Amino acid sequence: MSHSSEHAMPSEHEQHGDSMHVHHGSVRGYLTGFVLAAILTVIPFWLVMGHVIDSREVTIFVVLALAVVQIFVHIVYFLHLDTRSEGGWNMMAFIFSAVLVIIVLGASIWVMYTENKLMMPMSTQSTMQPMQQPMRQPMQPPEQ
Amino acid sequence: MNTTVADTYGSAPTDFYCAKEPPAHNGTLIGFWIYLMSDCFVFAALFVSYAVLGTSYAGGPTGAEVLDLPGLAVNTALLLISSVTFGFAMLQMQKRNKAGMLMWLAVAGLLAACFVGLEIHEFLGMIAEGAGPDRSAFLSAFFTLVGTHGLHVTVGCLWLIVLMVQVGRFGINEANVRRLQCLSMFWHFLDLVWVGVFSYVYLVGVLV
Repeated sequence: MSHSSEHAMPSEHEQHGDSMHVHHGSVRGYLTGFVLAAILTVIPFWLVMGHVIDSREVTIFVVLALAVVQIFVHIVYFLHLDTRSEGGWNMMAFIFSAVLVIIVLGASIWVMYTENKLMMPMSTQSTMQPMQQPMRQPMQPPEQ
Repeated sequence: MNTTVADTYGSAPTDFYCAKEPPAHNGTLIGFWIYLMSDCFVFAALFVSYAVLGTSYAGGPTGAEVLDLPGLAVNTALLLISSVTFGFAMLQMQKRNKAGMLMWLAVAGLLAACFVGLEIHEFLGMIAEGAGPDRSAFLSAFFTLVGTHGLHVTVGCLWLIVLMVQVGRFGINEANVRRLQCLSMFWHFLDLVWVGVFSYVYLVGVLV
């Protein structure tokens, strides 16, 4: 039983090839991915910990851009996603999820950021304090 | 004449639907991939809540005060090397080298266990300082997102131990190859999510 299945596996691999199967990596592929990922990790750490760029916004943008590049490095070199794996369905599912994730992330951040910006005068306590106190005082005498 | 009609109306539709469609070679892998994509949505939702609540400190500590970047660098390195060593284990599996594969799997598992250990240490330190998940919306979102990732890594470690026992007992057979391929995807996926966590939550969190 186990004997036959062990022998069935390699022949099955050869018949189907990589076209219908998960793409297998190589030592070279994993090491390339590792070196690229390491470089793409060290740069943002250096930027933030070394205070290299004066502008906060530029630093944030560069860190996030490098993160996106690194995510693609992981997808290509570690997850071996390509248009051939599983007859292209892996790629289809990935593109679908990526589009939805971008919509969910982007739209939520956009909506909430805009809302916070419009609500900003309310959140500063100092401007609200004089207005709140006259309103509260008439409420208190019945309680006392 | 009659037989032609019967053929046209009788057998043509079945041919059209499924007779020529080959079954998927290994349906589990595409199924597991779709699970991972749905896991993306879980993390996307947690990232959104962190993005929205990340600056609601409620008078408590800010990201720059509680987040530990040197510790983060160690954690990131551990998870990245763990990802690569798992890849080496998969290469040994292709060569049918059981001992080599188990060795690389053990290295990957130990690195991931160190990652979880350091993360728990960091969490306990933050809670001891009064920066627990109950302190502010920022910390609630932080602990939920990073904690969910840590929980995934923990479950991955348990899964790895189970598979190492399976491979030790039954060898590299077809079922174990399939399971290891799923775990491999899970493992690399978690490293991918960690890229988002350390970049957005920690590095950007310190700057904001």
